[in-house]
Amino acid sequence: MHKYASPKFFYTLAGQLIPWLGGVTVLLLLAGLYLGLFVAPADYQQGESYRIMFVHVPAAWMSMFIYMMMAGAGAVALVWNIKLAEIFANSCAPIGASFTFLALATGSLWGKPMWGTWWAWDARLTSELILFFLYIGYMALQASIEDPRRAARAAAILALVGVVNIPVIHFSVEWWNTLHQPASLGKVGTPSIHPSMLAPLLLMALGFKTYFFATMLMRMRNEILERERHTTWVTDMPELKA
Amino acid sequence: MNWQEFISMGGYGVYVWGSYGLTALILVLNLFLPLRRRKVVRQRLREFMRLKEQTR
Amino acid sequence: MLTLIKAIGRLYRRDLTVALRRSTDILTPLIFFVIVVSLFPLGLGPEPNTLRTIAPGVIWVGALLATMLSLNRLFANDYADGTLEQMALAPFPLGLLVLTKIAAHWTLTGLPLVLISPLLAVQMNLPDSAFGTLALSLLLGTPILSLLGAVGAALTLGLRGGGVLVSLLVLPLYTPILIFGAGSVAGVMLGIDTGAHFSLLGAFLALALTFLPWATAAALRVSLD
Repeated sequence: MHKYASPKFFYTLAGQLIPWLGGVTVLLLLAGLYLGLFVAPADYQQGESYRIMFVHVPAAWMSMFIYMMMAGAGAVALVWNIKLAEIFANSCAPIGASFTFLALATGSLWGKPMWGTWWAWDARLTSELILFFLYIGYMALQASIEDPRRAARAAAILALVGVVNIPVIHFSVEWWNTLHQPASLGKVGTPSIHPSMLAPLLLMALGFKTYFFATMLMRMRNEILERERHTTWVTDMPELKA
Repeated sequence: MNWQEFISMGGYGVYVWGSYGLTALILVLNLFLPLRRRKVVRQRLREFMRLKEQTR
Repeated sequence: MLTLIKAIGRLYRRDLTVALRRSTDILTPLIFFVIVVSLFPLGLGPEPNTLRTIAPGVIWVGALLATMLSLNRLFANDYADGTLEQMALAPFPLGLLVLTKIAAHWTLTGLPLVLISPLLAVQMNLPDSAFGTLALSLLLGTPILSLLGAVGAALTLGLRGGGVLVSLLVLPLYTPILIFGAGSVAGVMLGIDTGAHFSLLGAFLALALTFLPWATAAALRVSLD
């Protein structure tokens, strides 16, 4: 356990993983894009516009996945006091917020041709919007606290309260939506998934995931360097000798 | 596969390519930001160590 | 055990007394509540049916905002004079002490909102049948708002710009309560059975009472370190 929790070990390991993850990401995304844009047939109801799904849905999945990771890392940081867990949680937030933003923007772009408006308060998009606010709050809290340890621990508590609330929010928004939305609108039109649509969707989702890990490790390495600048392993690093 | 059809995406070209374009933007941004920060951090560390050497 | 009960009683009374001395702290959010709700007819026009339709949402959002305004007085004073640190070191579970403080805070912040809600119901042209539902929804909902708000206040203790920051942190978490609270009032006007709303609000309250004081205590310890 101690070996893996050591910043130095992690720094080196991450450095080796990043290029691999990057390569896999490119392959997955290219494959997903090819299948999604060229091979999958047009949807019976929505024509070509449904292809936005191949970026919108993975982005939405990532926004949730990353928040869970953030909260999990926060819990580990709080309970076991592991610095790497704090750094992990920090690094997740901006990427998670980006994917949430992307889900909202692509959701809006998908909604315009379908419903005629740039924004509709449908259950999934509304939940996603609230999630976006949760990310912003998390990052704002972190940014407001100078001491990195207090910042990480406070943010961890916030993330944990948030993560428990997320199912409640989803449920409440779903309920609110069925009450107020006229039946004709229905859900953000995820078409009934044809197998040829499933493959690109999963490929893009996986590609986003490996992308997340790659860029997250990059951010972690940066923060490790900064936090560990007083240690010998950092000061002895050949690439830092002027 | 007709290029015209491909770009126009059944008339929804703006929306589809807008979405994919935004995606590309976000992915590139989140790649670029840590890379730039890496440069900054290393620069600051070098400065920091140079100062330490001097005040030894 | 007896000393714990005595300590809680003493803390509750002390918080009430201290707060009552600075009565502006208590009156301001209340007046804000009334003013904010009054702005809507001014902004939208006094057409009675419009007001009636938007009333549940408007009154509830007003309650959310008024709660946010009042949150900083929960811990700020005790933090400033060191009492909070004493509480953290006391031989009593911090979670219970926190719960007591929140209860005292709610008595002077949330409860007045509940009591003044009929006045606002009149302003917004709500039918008489909705008055009770409004008050009950606020009665169940405002404690949850205080409990969630307390976590936010504890996390942002002593930070610059704490007030606005707390809003940013806590308002997204308030959305379920808003949905069911305002939803119950809208529902009663449409003749829908509001049993589900109140059951859910009750469940949220029970959950909040069980977990949030301890989350707040943890947040306080993080901020006090």
